[in-house]
Amino acid sequence: MCRIGSIKSKVPVHPSKALHLMLPQQEGHDNSGFAMVMQDLYGIFSDYKDKPLLSLACTQHGAELVEEYMDSHNFTQLAEWIPVPNKEPGLDIQAMPYYIFRNYDYPEYYNEKTQAEREDLLLDTRLALRKILEEAKEGFVYSFWPDVLTLKEIGDPRDIATYFRLWDDNGCLIAKNIVAQCRQNTNYDIVRYAAHPFFLQGYTLCANGENTFYTKNKEFQKSLHRGYIGFESDSQNFLYTLHYVLHELKWPLDYYKHVITPLPFEEIEKRPDKEILMAIRQSLAHLEINGPNTIIATLPDTRMITCCDSKKLRPVVVGRDDTMVAISSEVCGLNEIMPNRDMTQDIYPNEREVVVIDNELEVQRWKQ
Amino acid sequence: METVKTQDIAINDLPWKIEYNAERCTLCGSCVATCTFKSIKVAVQSQSITISEKSQPEPEHRHIARAIIKQDASIANACRGCGMCERICPNNAIRPVRNPDERKALLSRDNGPIKRGGRTNLNAQRTLDHIIVGRISQMTDPSLDSQRHTFDIRAPFGRVLSPHELPFRVENGKLVMAKKTPPVDWVYPLIFSDMSIGALSTRAWEAVAMATAYLNEKCGLPVRMSSGEGGMPVKLLESEHLKYFIIQIASGHFGWNRIIKAMPHMVTDPGGILIKIGQGAKPGDGGLLPAAKVAEHVQAIRGVPKATLSSPPNHQGLYSIEESVQKMHLSLNAAFGFRVPVAIKCAASATSVSVYNNLLRDPYKICGGFFIDGIQGGTGAANEISLDHTGHPIVSKIRDCYLAAVKQGLQGQIPLFGGGGIGMTGNAAADAFKMICLGANGVFCGKILIQLLGCIGNEHGRCNSCNTGKCPMGICTQDPRLVKRLDIDRGAQKIVDYVLAFDAELRKLMAPIGNSSLPVGRSDALVSTDKSIADKLGIQYVC
Repeated sequence: MCRIGSIKSKVPVHPSKALHLMLPQQEGHDNSGFAMVMQDLYGIFSDYKDKPLLSLACTQHGAELVEEYMDSHNFTQLAEWIPVPNKEPGLDIQAMPYYIFRNYDYPEYYNEKTQAEREDLLLDTRLALRKILEEAKEGFVYSFWPDVLTLKEIGDPRDIATYFRLWDDNGCLIAKNIVAQCRQNTNYDIVRYAAHPFFLQGYTLCANGENTFYTKNKEFQKSLHRGYIGFESDSQNFLYTLHYVLHELKWPLDYYKHVITPLPFEEIEKRPDKEILMAIRQSLAHLEINGPNTIIATLPDTRMITCCDSKKLRPVVVGRDDTMVAISSEVCGLNEIMPNRDMTQDIYPNEREVVVIDNELEVQRWKQ
Repeated sequence: METVKTQDIAINDLPWKIEYNAERCTLCGSCVATCTFKSIKVAVQSQSITISEKSQPEPEHRHIARAIIKQDASIANACRGCGMCERICPNNAIRPVRNPDERKALLSRDNGPIKRGGRTNLNAQRTLDHIIVGRISQMTDPSLDSQRHTFDIRAPFGRVLSPHELPFRVENGKLVMAKKTPPVDWVYPLIFSDMSIGALSTRAWEAVAMATAYLNEKCGLPVRMSSGEGGMPVKLLESEHLKYFIIQIASGHFGWNRIIKAMPHMVTDPGGILIKIGQGAKPGDGGLLPAAKVAEHVQAIRGVPKATLSSPPNHQGLYSIEESVQKMHLSLNAAFGFRVPVAIKCAASATSVSVYNNLLRDPYKICGGFFIDGIQGGTGAANEISLDHTGHPIVSKIRDCYLAAVKQGLQGQIPLFGGGGIGMTGNAAADAFKMICLGANGVFCGKILIQLLGCIGNEHGRCNSCNTGKCPMGICTQDPRLVKRLDIDRGAQKIVDYVLAFDAELRKLMAPIGNSSLPVGRSDALVSTDKSIADKLGIQYVC
């Protein structure tokens, strides 16, 4: 069972903060990796917030393939950050040769295009790069989106942090939102793409637990959207459904919970909006999630949400102080980074709740 | 000595031989009276015996004429092995015994093809018994508790729209319905299949109907019962209970005169309409009700004279599937104001996927369910050649149809119901659960219902005489004397108890795989010990 955590802060924070949140929960995970998605970036990316940022781990040849593709598709490179790793001996990390974080400008003819068209371009570009790198076995592309950075690696999270100098807190890499997780897939093959958080068109999601409706989710999602691919982990189903409900169907956020953990029929019958809830339950039956799980997600507007399965089989806790809200599988993570918070204000969401944290750090509890 | 010709029918030719113990028999005559097939009779036999009646041995040899029970050596009156004689005999003096050397199939075509009822006796193999629920929640996720957790055991019945087709509008941050959607009811995933009044005795049909109403009103299980092609009693059509019934329309349209006349007086909508195109037991054949069973009340309900009622193999006037959708589905939808789901039932066939694809792609979105009936379905009357040699197994067919929908992203839009052999071994919940994991939304069953009422027919040639009007259990007959043998209250109770156990057993299967909703299409929950079955169904092979 893995542990997940996230931080949403008024002041940009370093990834080390997320590591401090996660490491006390070590008993619950096997320290087999580290993955994080940072949204709303500051530091060296401050000047390029509206320009898509490519997050990539690859070989030298992989980097060449990516450059070739981006050049031929009229993307202009604006800025680049290639971490200089600390290669001290004895680190437990299966590092790729290169990690590239690069801002691009849109092709010129996209200046007149709509936001939706730009979003499609970014997705299609990432999918094309993934295909190229996968076929050549030369690397992994995790995200290509403005103001979003993704890092995933296999190894001990402490050593991964040392390798990338994440303990240095030098102000280079900071963000107001970080979603993190500290292990690789333990159910199936260890594949870098299988490590959450997962990212798709502004939506980031991390899930702790098991989705026993993986097969039926996957079979349905495959036909819903070209971006719903991979399925290396059953947690990807949560992200794709979040994206589908909010981005494709354009339904309000409230309804996500109704899709993944619908109310029992008996309860729906008593609701004034039963007609809508029944229609959702029947048309999106194949997106229902069963099994024990908790999710943490960040939306394109950088609101952060968390909720758990319909029987509350997996825990999650939300803690806050004046400048920061953190979500964690276990309270010990919160105690590490926010020892002085008012613990009586901690929220343990129930099975019918969605906790939403807006950009003013106002925490709302929505009842399904 | 009588002259014996080799063409004469001998007891030895018959599928069942009567084992009679004259020493135990008190000649009460109950067995002869109870045998509806006239397979046994009282005869006088000359016997040569030695007896001693005194207090000390004084053996005496006598020739006596003695009354005995004798089996009739004729095909027409052949013993069906129903065992009523054994049931009724107070002294265990008589019973039928299966004859492995029988020649009945060879000798009984003097008057044309053999007709009978029941299920196929040739293709009774059990694919489902080679499948195991093998993905158990262990450590990676917890099993649920079948007795304490809540489970949603419901299946959609009606046309389900794609998510992007839902006519939703956002108002003040809430979704509202902008226009009407097709009617969908969430029903219990076990549907009582279509057995008509006519095929069944009115009392037997009533017992099933009573069980249906009880399950709905007292047990909270929304079980639906299909009327079969034979109409329904007007009183029921005009009652509140109509909502639990799916009215069937088949190619003979029997009973629809009364149904249409009752429509203005209906106080509620029926639970659904089922257009029967074909049935698994005799695909390509229409319904068949032999004249022997067309009693006066059957004539009244169906509006016909006493004659053998053969429904045509096709709905007359339909020459293509597009027509079927446009004419029949639209008119039946319209008849009930587009408030009642209209589904279709076909015999499983190598073409079922094509039929399903056509239905899925129909632009009107008015087909509310696809019922596929496999070769192991039962029937009241059919040609034996159809029963044994035509049809298609249901398990892979449901899977094929589900996967065809998956390929197009249309799964769940037209709910799939599989039938034909569900519960053949008595374990309907296991069968239903496996069918659901393979992609069915639910199952339908008929034969096990009458078996619960007392039918002793099986797939090894026992009884199968539903076509004769002589059902020894009073179920498939219109003979009032035989019908009295059935206690309808106890029969209904048997069905209710069985369904309640079925419900508990479904939970017992859902809990270990960690699902609180029906695992429709969760093929990963199944494994098979048979490689070819595993390959065909796309599930894991285990050994």
